[in-house]
Amino acid sequence: MTTDRKPALRLEGIVKTFPGVRALDGVSFEVYPGEVHALMGENGAGKSTLMKVLGGIYQPEEGRIFVDEEEAVMTSPLQAKAKGVMFIHQELSLADELSVAENVYLGELPRKSLGRVDWKTLYERTDAILSRLKVGFTARTIVGDLSIANQQMVEIARALTREARAVIFDEPTASLTDAEKVVLFEVIEGLKAEGVGIVYISHRMEEIFKITDRVSVLRDGSYRGTLNTADTDEDAVTQMMIGRKLDLTRNEEHVELGDVALKVEGLSCHKLFQDVSFEVREGEVLGFYGLVGAGRTEIAETLFGLRTPSAGKMFLKGKEIHIRSPIEAIENGISLVPESRKEQGLVLGMSCRDNITLPQVDDMTAGPFVSDGAEIAIFDLYRDKLEIKTPSSRTAVGSLSGGNQQKIVIGKWLSMRPEVLIVDEPTRGIDVGSKSEIHNLLRDLARQGYAVIVISSEMPEVLRVSDRIVAMHHGKVMRTFTSEDVTEDSLIQAISGIESGRAA
Amino acid sequence: MKNDNMTHLVKNGAIWGFIVLELIFFQVVGSVWSLSQSAFIDPGNMLLLLKQSAPIGIIAVGMTVIMINGNIDLSVGATYALAGIVMLDSMTWPIFVGLGDWAIPLAWLAALLTGCILGAINGLIVWKTGVDAFIVTLGSMLGFRGLVFMYNGQQPTYHLNWTMVDIAEWGAFGLQTSAFVFIGVAFLVWLMMTRTVHGRNAYAIGNNREAAVNAAIRVGPHIMINFVLIGFLAALSAVAFYSGSGSVNPNDGMLFELWAITAVVLGGTKLAGGAGSIVGTFGGVLAIQLLRKGLGHIGAQTETVNLVIGLILIAVLMLDKQLNRKGQEELKL
Repeated sequence: MTTDRKPALRLEGIVKTFPGVRALDGVSFEVYPGEVHALMGENGAGKSTLMKVLGGIYQPEEGRIFVDEEEAVMTSPLQAKAKGVMFIHQELSLADELSVAENVYLGELPRKSLGRVDWKTLYERTDAILSRLKVGFTARTIVGDLSIANQQMVEIARALTREARAVIFDEPTASLTDAEKVVLFEVIEGLKAEGVGIVYISHRMEEIFKITDRVSVLRDGSYRGTLNTADTDEDAVTQMMIGRKLDLTRNEEHVELGDVALKVEGLSCHKLFQDVSFEVREGEVLGFYGLVGAGRTEIAETLFGLRTPSAGKMFLKGKEIHIRSPIEAIENGISLVPESRKEQGLVLGMSCRDNITLPQVDDMTAGPFVSDGAEIAIFDLYRDKLEIKTPSSRTAVGSLSGGNQQKIVIGKWLSMRPEVLIVDEPTRGIDVGSKSEIHNLLRDLARQGYAVIVISSEMPEVLRVSDRIVAMHHGKVMRTFTSEDVTEDSLIQAISGIESGRAA
Repeated sequence: MKNDNMTHLVKNGAIWGFIVLELIFFQVVGSVWSLSQSAFIDPGNMLLLLKQSAPIGIIAVGMTVIMINGNIDLSVGATYALAGIVMLDSMTWPIFVGLGDWAIPLAWLAALLTGCILGAINGLIVWKTGVDAFIVTLGSMLGFRGLVFMYNGQQPTYHLNWTMVDIAEWGAFGLQTSAFVFIGVAFLVWLMMTRTVHGRNAYAIGNNREAAVNAAIRVGPHIMINFVLIGFLAALSAVAFYSGSGSVNPNDGMLFELWAITAVVLGGTKLAGGAGSIVGTFGGVLAIQLLRKGLGHIGAQTETVNLVIGLILIAVLMLDKQLNRKGQEELKL
């Protein structure tokens, strides 16, 4: 890369800590004008925190940011924008009832006298930007009528309303089809030609090697180095990303497997996932691994009756079942421990006991009233079984630690005697010590003969608990590994969408 | 794209289609059952409709703005009564009495100012405390109504000024003052919502507040302005009505907030904010008034009116949900 030019954007020794975590530990890197610079790292490596620092949402404790070698203090999203640092967020932030033009100039509508909107200028300027992007819609289109890919183009157009020095793309292809990706890459090439510095965040190796000039890698909040894309390969980058210090102990235990508990054939749900087939046996932990947006959670939601599948069949113990609602799922013995415990899994203000008995409180009555005795019996049983640490059964669940909250959710479903227990992100937001406790608990459940499905975006976790691992990419099953034949590299490659033929 | 335009047309035009349906229904039923001598679709009858809808209609216009912005205002009925009292009572104040008929514009001003202040109180609390507008205005609804009763106990407040009555009863083209006020207000606010930066930002805030904040739109002041506006309009509605009647009962304006919300929702504005139109609300107001008149025309008992309007409101919203674009991929919750 040319070093005689000034970088468009430079970060120097950025440190950001949260209570108990050093999220960013002295991160430095720079982007030159006309360069596409990839930023890579596993989930939790600190990429999003870094972006929030750049966008003025978080203030770093140490370190400095330079735009065109001028120090820039970012204290609000507006300031970042004023300095020419633009973001294309993974999650779209659009007002979908308004027109494209109004979204592009949101907060900066051109005015005439009396505070009137200057529609003519607004549409002209927007159409000018849209023609640079070569899109097939006009400034007047209502955003809600556009496809996700085109909505993303609106976000990009928004970044071009001012002179951009650096544009940061956060997982821009997460919801795009291949054809749409090609268009996006052309846009990026166009920006590059205009001398804009581009930071490209993605998990997808093939994209990194297709469009980026350099790659910087973050791991556990610290900067691990920068490579010229042309001089490196996927293995080297992967090596840098996962490192060696993670605990990658694999599950080596083998439980005597029982009958097939749940078998799924060709399950699809519109664009979310397609043609997914797998089976899970009694006494087995089946892991689902993939990137955010690969469709894992959506599969769980479909099995649990929260989504209506567009195709496919489900068999429980060899008998075909049709699940249309969570109530039917529970009746059939399928339980889901959801991804976000606090929003979806628990009633935080209610006591531990009431949370555990929530799905079966109907059956626990003495006359018209809920029977305390029956509730306490259930609670005591699972408190001992799962080693839930709580001052009393009356304690509000919200005041327990994350690990104990998770055990309450698991206890709740175990008390329903499920055939299949689906656990989505079992240790999200749980501290390291309690993580292994939850992992042991999941293995225990398999030993007791439950069929367990674990969905996780943490590789050490799937490796540690699973007997078999389903690798997903873009709504499709790429490959199913057994705990003997899985390697970290092959797993990463499978979830990045690289054909299994090339895997080790 | 063509298809999208079609759905937009259907959604925005639905209320007018409904009005036409009402007209035909009442005309036909009225003549078939020969319950009524006169035709339902009669120019005089139709123009009277505008006058009758004015008090709620003017408030509903303000409510549309508030709801598009993502808030709600339950205190408008109480504001309406209080502004009416201030207007009539101020004319008996010693300083005003000496001015003769010049007291009229001053009394109006006092009433409108009262409305603005009450609206500003709501807006300021919603803005500065971040408490949900539903709760804030539920509180101020009770509070403002309390002020109404403190003013004159259970007694009505009255003051009759014949010049003022003349102004209120003035008419042209078969329309009276209050009808002109309603039409004028609807037109001006329509301009504001469709043509001004403030109006468009109000849509953006109601549609996606986070995006608006990220785009550096100053959300608080916009909310504030809209609450002042609805307070002003509630007072204007009182001015238009009480100038003619000359007497405020302390229970006046009760349930106005709910009728206004009904008209707004019927007119296609989303309860969650971000979408809706003044034109739709105008239609919603007329549709409700038409229903009241029509049911009377075909000889239905007045007691059934509320039941029918309630059923229609629910039916319309169910239909709207069915027609909505996102559906199949959504989580079933």
